[in-house]
Amino acid sequence: MSAVAVVAAVLAVAGGVGVIASRRPVRSVLSLLLTLLSLAVLFIGLGAEFIGLIQIIVYAGAVMVLFVFVISLLSAKNEPLERPVSLLPGQERWGGVAAAVLAVLLIVAGLRHAYPAARSVFDGYGAVRAFGEALFYEHVFVLQLAALLLMVAVVGVVILIARRS
Amino acid sequence: MNDLWISLVQSLILIVALLTVFAGMTLVERKLLGYFHLRVGPTRTGPWGLAQPIADAIKAFVKEDVIPAGADKFVFRLAPVISVFTALAVWSVIPVGPPVEIGGRVIPLQVADPAGGALVALAFTSLHIYGVSLAGWASQSKYSLLGAMRAAAQLISYELSMAMSILGVFMLAGSLRLADIVAAQSDVAFIWLQPVGFLIFFIAGVAEVARMPFDLPEAETELVAGYSTEYSGMRFAMFMMAEYLGMMSVSAMVTLLYLKGWHGPAFLPPVAWFLVKVAALLFVFIWLRATFVRVRYDRLMDFGWKVMLPLSFLNLVVTAAGVALWG
Repeated sequence: MSAVAVVAAVLAVAGGVGVIASRRPVRSVLSLLLTLLSLAVLFIGLGAEFIGLIQIIVYAGAVMVLFVFVISLLSAKNEPLERPVSLLPGQERWGGVAAAVLAVLLIVAGLRHAYPAARSVFDGYGAVRAFGEALFYEHVFVLQLAALLLMVAVVGVVILIARRS
Repeated sequence: MNDLWISLVQSLILIVALLTVFAGMTLVERKLLGYFHLRVGPTRTGPWGLAQPIADAIKAFVKEDVIPAGADKFVFRLAPVISVFTALAVWSVIPVGPPVEIGGRVIPLQVADPAGGALVALAFTSLHIYGVSLAGWASQSKYSLLGAMRAAAQLISYELSMAMSILGVFMLAGSLRLADIVAAQSDVAFIWLQPVGFLIFFIAGVAEVARMPFDLPEAETELVAGYSTEYSGMRFAMFMMAEYLGMMSVSAMVTLLYLKGWHGPAFLPPVAWFLVKVAALLFVFIWLRATFVRVRYDRLMDFGWKVMLPLSFLNLVVTAAGVALWG
């Protein structure tokens, strides 16, 4: 495991903690951004260059911008929440238990080398060409289904907006 | 390890060069705007006003750095850093010329050469918006917030057309690596094969760096200075820096994607051709500023979504058909 991967992993976890620990919504968004960027670094480190870049362009560069847009409009005043509000009453402790179990499993798995050794991948694995070939030759049916799903969502949005006026 | 050192030295040279060009460009822009307006521009600081950037830099450094009382101080300080960082980072993948051989080593004239170079440039461009919108929110001023809102909507809208128009180039070149894209243009520049894509990319580029006629996030006649209203001193200068670096990277990307990059008649070395083309595009940026008035906000959005985006889709389909039939 390279130093870059360790740093990116630590930053990703720190960002995740920041999302739920921060009292200011905009800081939560910034933390989420940190997590997304760290995940992109991890993707690129694993050889999935295209996924990593798309992660930055789509999630960090577009989706999160809309988050910033909405949150900075809704909480235009820079005031922290007065007390930590529990949005999921009663679920936090179970979340903590689940996280602890998962952590134990991961550590045990890591110690035991439960994962099979990485298969030797072909040259250019994870690059745009290989990604495109997998997407448009092997998995083209799933791709079309996903496109249909997105189209339904877009039509739904248009109908909802049109109904209001 | 040696390669890492070479990259570090390259980054250092690149940053110093970019910031020097930025300083020079502020003067050139003021002089050119002066001539466009039948004025003379700065003249009092040295011959031809040459010391004006130095005077500006000293002014930015010694000016009082005001942070508004209600501001989110951390985000307020972070925003200009994000702006400058993303604007500089785009340049890490931009090749300024073919690889050169120094002392038996082949050294590429770019800091990093990933297979998805053009996508990396797009990725950093897409992150630039955080500097602007966070600055606007953290300032806790209505003008700043309005500027930030406009910036977020404008940049997202035009980024779409920008990405769509660049796809045509990818299809023609069959690669996302910027050096490959330049190599693919050794016969004919992509501007002749992709005239519509070129126009869309350049217009979207002007909108991405929020320059006249798309400078609504700043819009000094209505929003004081938009997202940067509450900034002063060096932090304000950092936003200026990001804007000029953005102009330079858009010009460099247009040069690489559509204007044959560093190819040109042999009487100039390749790097010089690259710089000449970038300089010519920067002149166009200033020319636009001197020529056009600011567009109205609703027209800006209409233009982005109803003209630019459909056109870029059409360009994509026509290019794909062309590549499939004759490629």
